[in-house]
Amino acid sequence: MARMKFLCDAERCIDCNACVTACKNEHDVPWGINRRRVITLNDGKPGERSVSMACMHCTDAPCAAVCPVSCFYTTADAVVLHSKDLCIGCGYCFYACPFGAPQYPRIGNFGSRGKMDKCTYCAGGPEPDGTMIQYEKYGNDRLVEGKLPLCAEMCSTKSLLAGDGDIIAQIYKERVVKRGFGSGAWGWMTAYHQGIAV
Amino acid sequence: MSFSAYRAAPTAGHVSGGRKIMMLLAHIRVAVALLTILMALTVSAPTFAQQLNPDGTPNPDASEVNERTLLKEYPRIEGWISIPNETASVLMQPVGRSWDFYHEVLLHWAALAVILGMLLILAIFYLAVGPLRTSAGRSGIRVLRFTTFERFSHWLTATSFVVLAVTGLNITFGKRVLLPLIGPDAFSLVAQYAKFVHDYVSFAFVLGLVLIVSMWMKDNIPRKIDLIWLKEGGGFIPGKHPTAGRFNVGEKLVFWLALGGGVAVAVSGYLLMFPFYVTNIAGMQVAQVVHSVVAVLFVALILGHIYIGTLGMKGAFEAMGTGSVDLNWAKEHHGKWLEDEIAKGRVSQQAASVAPAE
Repeated sequence: MARMKFLCDAERCIDCNACVTACKNEHDVPWGINRRRVITLNDGKPGERSVSMACMHCTDAPCAAVCPVSCFYTTADAVVLHSKDLCIGCGYCFYACPFGAPQYPRIGNFGSRGKMDKCTYCAGGPEPDGTMIQYEKYGNDRLVEGKLPLCAEMCSTKSLLAGDGDIIAQIYKERVVKRGFGSGAWGWMTAYHQGIAV
Repeated sequence: MSFSAYRAAPTAGHVSGGRKIMMLLAHIRVAVALLTILMALTVSAPTFAQQLNPDGTPNPDASEVNERTLLKEYPRIEGWISIPNETASVLMQPVGRSWDFYHEVLLHWAALAVILGMLLILAIFYLAVGPLRTSAGRSGIRVLRFTTFERFSHWLTATSFVVLAVTGLNITFGKRVLLPLIGPDAFSLVAQYAKFVHDYVSFAFVLGLVLIVSMWMKDNIPRKIDLIWLKEGGGFIPGKHPTAGRFNVGEKLVFWLALGGGVAVAVSGYLLMFPFYVTNIAGMQVAQVVHSVVAVLFVALILGHIYIGTLGMKGAFEAMGTGSVDLNWAKEHHGKWLEDEIAKGRVSQQAASVAPAE
């Protein structure tokens, strides 16, 4: 089995937000919830870089560790998923997540933030594959159809890479060697305890 | 919060200059602007120098932001985001992993040690010393110690505290204790309702705390008599009964710690209940740490309080249970208070006639 990862090549990201739109459309993500987002650093200044960020599907996922009801699980592809039936909307996963991935349908309402929603790596959730209930709760399961996450698939500059960690690391490495520079694989050290040495 | 985060600064606003602005102010502004530019040039001079490769070609990599450098200087990386959600502008906060470590390792073991440690100490104390008794035995004469309203306030605070403690401990320990017993579906249901109960009962606790503090504050101010009480071993030595006012040092300690702890858990708790209304991610993490640490210590304190009020001392529970205590109990544990009550004429004729005979 593969070890699925995301990699955003900040030198290629043009802040077009197509990944965000693709994700919202593919999974019918409700208003106010952003499973993926693009953040621009040093906006309008020399050295400006944009990074597309979502759940990184961490090794030793901190969200899963802190969850008071243990609603998270990791698939054979190392994708971190959760059960919305078990989630109590406490918000702890957001405090633990290094990447701000967990999203909640409500902002307050007496601390009841509703069932958490996050990037599923287009791998659905615990419901049976291809069912409507699966789609409504977690969105499409593309992985089971042999497809990669849509955000990365339709990235116009191929900045956002998804797939087996070793393969996308190799692609990134070749890019850096060829063009001679690269700001590194954002979030990899924090998410996977390893960066990409070029 | 004292944490500063890396945040890409917005582009500098332009300085508008009207023709009829006072000359002096204009001069100052120009001088400040020049100085700023000069300083900026001095500071960024090495950066400009590095923008060329050793062979003279431009290096597009030179001025870019680098994750490793940023994280060395800042606990989190923040940037600009097109959606109106400021929390989403945090690109990365590796501190989340530290908070995970605190929550899953430090808190679990520390809370276990503090709470079980307290129970162990109380058990040892009970086995070694046993319940503290009233030396003179029961007189059969009752003295009013707490009014109905005082008892209502106490039990309002007490029951809500127990509910809050149990539902709170469930958030930390439930998945280790209850989840394996009843399974994930039942446990999630329990945890969901426990969370609602925790949220709503907090208001009852705060109300109880406000009532208690407003009623008993003046009787809990430390006095000279407390030093004597401490010197004489604080009533923990069987057979010895140092005198005390309405509340002794132990009770005063519980009062002030409950007030301090109550304020701390309430403030941090409401921050958690209204996430990100007043603080950012670092503030939320700090609030959770404060809430859990204080809550665990609070539970230990109240365990001690429950012990001395029930098992640990004969005749003590009646005070908060029925509102009145035995005259001999009052004489031995709160002699000064009894004298004052008699002087104020609040004690029955029968009791007053017996009391001075000591």
